[in-house]
Amino acid sequence: MSPYLTAPAPRADHPPVQREAEVLAARPVGAYVELTLAAPEVAGRAQPGQFVAFAVGGPMTANLLRRSIAIAGTDGAAGTATVVVAPHGPGSTWLAQRRPGDTVDVVGPLGRPFPLPEPGTTALLVGGGYGAAALVGLAALLRSRGSRVLAVTGAADAARLCSVEELGETADVVAVTTDDGSAGRAGRVTVAVAELIGGSGIAYACGPMPMLRAVADAATAAGVPSYVAVEESMACGIGVCMTCVLPVVGADGLTRFSRSCTEGPVFGGDRVRFADVGSLPWDVVGADAMGVVRP
Amino acid sequence: MTALDTAVDMTTALGSVPLVGPVLTASGCSAFGQELEPFVDLTTLGAVVTKSVQLRPRSGRPTPRMAETPSGMLNSIGLQGPGIDGLLAGELPWLAERGVPAFVSIAGTRVEDFAELATRLRGVPGVLGLEVNISCPNVESRGEVFACDPVAASDVVAAVRAAADPAQPIYAKLSPDVTDIVPVARAVTGAGADGLSMINTLLGLVIDPDTMRPVLGGVTGGLSGPAVRPVAVRCVWQVHQALPEVPILGMGGIRSGLDALQFVLAGASAVSVGTAVFSDPSATARVHTELAGALAARGFSSLREAVGYAHR
Repeated sequence: MSPYLTAPAPRADHPPVQREAEVLAARPVGAYVELTLAAPEVAGRAQPGQFVAFAVGGPMTANLLRRSIAIAGTDGAAGTATVVVAPHGPGSTWLAQRRPGDTVDVVGPLGRPFPLPEPGTTALLVGGGYGAAALVGLAALLRSRGSRVLAVTGAADAARLCSVEELGETADVVAVTTDDGSAGRAGRVTVAVAELIGGSGIAYACGPMPMLRAVADAATAAGVPSYVAVEESMACGIGVCMTCVLPVVGADGLTRFSRSCTEGPVFGGDRVRFADVGSLPWDVVGADAMGVVRP
Repeated sequence: MTALDTAVDMTTALGSVPLVGPVLTASGCSAFGQELEPFVDLTTLGAVVTKSVQLRPRSGRPTPRMAETPSGMLNSIGLQGPGIDGLLAGELPWLAERGVPAFVSIAGTRVEDFAELATRLRGVPGVLGLEVNISCPNVESRGEVFACDPVAASDVVAAVRAAADPAQPIYAKLSPDVTDIVPVARAVTGAGADGLSMINTLLGLVIDPDTMRPVLGGVTGGLSGPAVRPVAVRCVWQVHQALPEVPILGMGGIRSGLDALQFVLAGASAVSVGTAVFSDPSATARVHTELAGALAARGFSSLREAVGYAHR
């Protein structure tokens, strides 16, 4: 029997498309900007947990690499997809400055969606910062399948919280934490996770790596399967550049450097070797060819 | 859209092997082609140039593996790949089933590694030829960059030519990080290379001003993208001038049809589109269309007429 509580996330149902999408709305949300795009083919294909990759800077740009951002919601009937942009570098800042009527080159939906539990399973959803946006569509889908949804959102401060209102519309419980106590309970999401994990049949998380690790560890310790959506630095988002790899244990029990874009961004929380991110452990497949041998 | 719907004859060749079009993927920039299938008709490409394969599966280097730079990027992947057994069992049959020609990039740390890879690839369906990657900068020591030394480079090429299927042309991929690229080009063609691929990435380094340490896990990395294009065009120009009869597959920062045209005019008979694919997954098809239009606008009826035109 597998010692893992999760199976690797299967591929998405549909391949991605590349389109010029018009920005229909740009709404400031605390420290972020929520963009609504006219992208019917993306909206019609997207599954919760998937992301889109934007070209940034326009035709004369010197920033060539795509910016990958989780899909925060889709409206199939309206043909729209929503993302929450956190401006921190030149590319994301350019994206956050788009206004209605502008167009952006978008590729998506990309990556593997969150696997779903048996209908009716109580689910714990944990979002850190703008990572909470990636859980909004999941919360609605789980509810429609009869799950009780417990949501936890946390951030450094109130301005960096995200999607609290949207999660509140679908989740049965929404717990809010901030590091500085400016909203909700003071402290990390782990405090709320510790209280809620025992009553959950599955856990999902999206946010910064240390948070994902803490949630995955708490879930695994409680015997609860968890799926985490990682945010690795990606050049392409489609699986060709090989820059976004993480050490992940596969279905065969072997660890490989797995692409966060095409083999993720959703990984089994107990399959990501968080402690080994940024290093090359000897037991990663192919490490021997790099001269790294068993100690 | 197909490769054949233009008034300009875009057919070309890699050595003796005909190609439907002059635009190929670039090694290390399109994996093994599968991920591009949603975005381009792979059968209209000249070929998919595979990520370099080695004898054994390789994990590649630890992250971070990438840093964005002005009009380019620095990468330090370290040749992650499935190894020749995985390639022969998985990726190459996938391409062959779809009728997508493969130009297989091979890499190794010893001359014998290259020769064994060439042997394993003899007669494999769909494999047009071999690109011999003797110039990857992401290796343990500069001594392993065969393309920095004419003798080491020609040792590899001679061994590959001797071992490879005679029907498969072999192209040596050269590094721009040399004082003079022409002697290296002359040495490898003398050793039996049917053509030359120019250029591989340039060795670079980026330091994070916040951590005050190199950004990449591998410290140094390979610089690619439009930032290196003038260096690449210069290399193609110099080598075509010195060795006009040697076919050249040009690459280095090609993002548009006009970029590709520069390489053709400098002497390349085909081009690879690399880093631009990260930014635009349909770049190969777009560059083909734009290049055909640019050639037509300049009065060329065929790509072949334009090869090396800037020298005449």
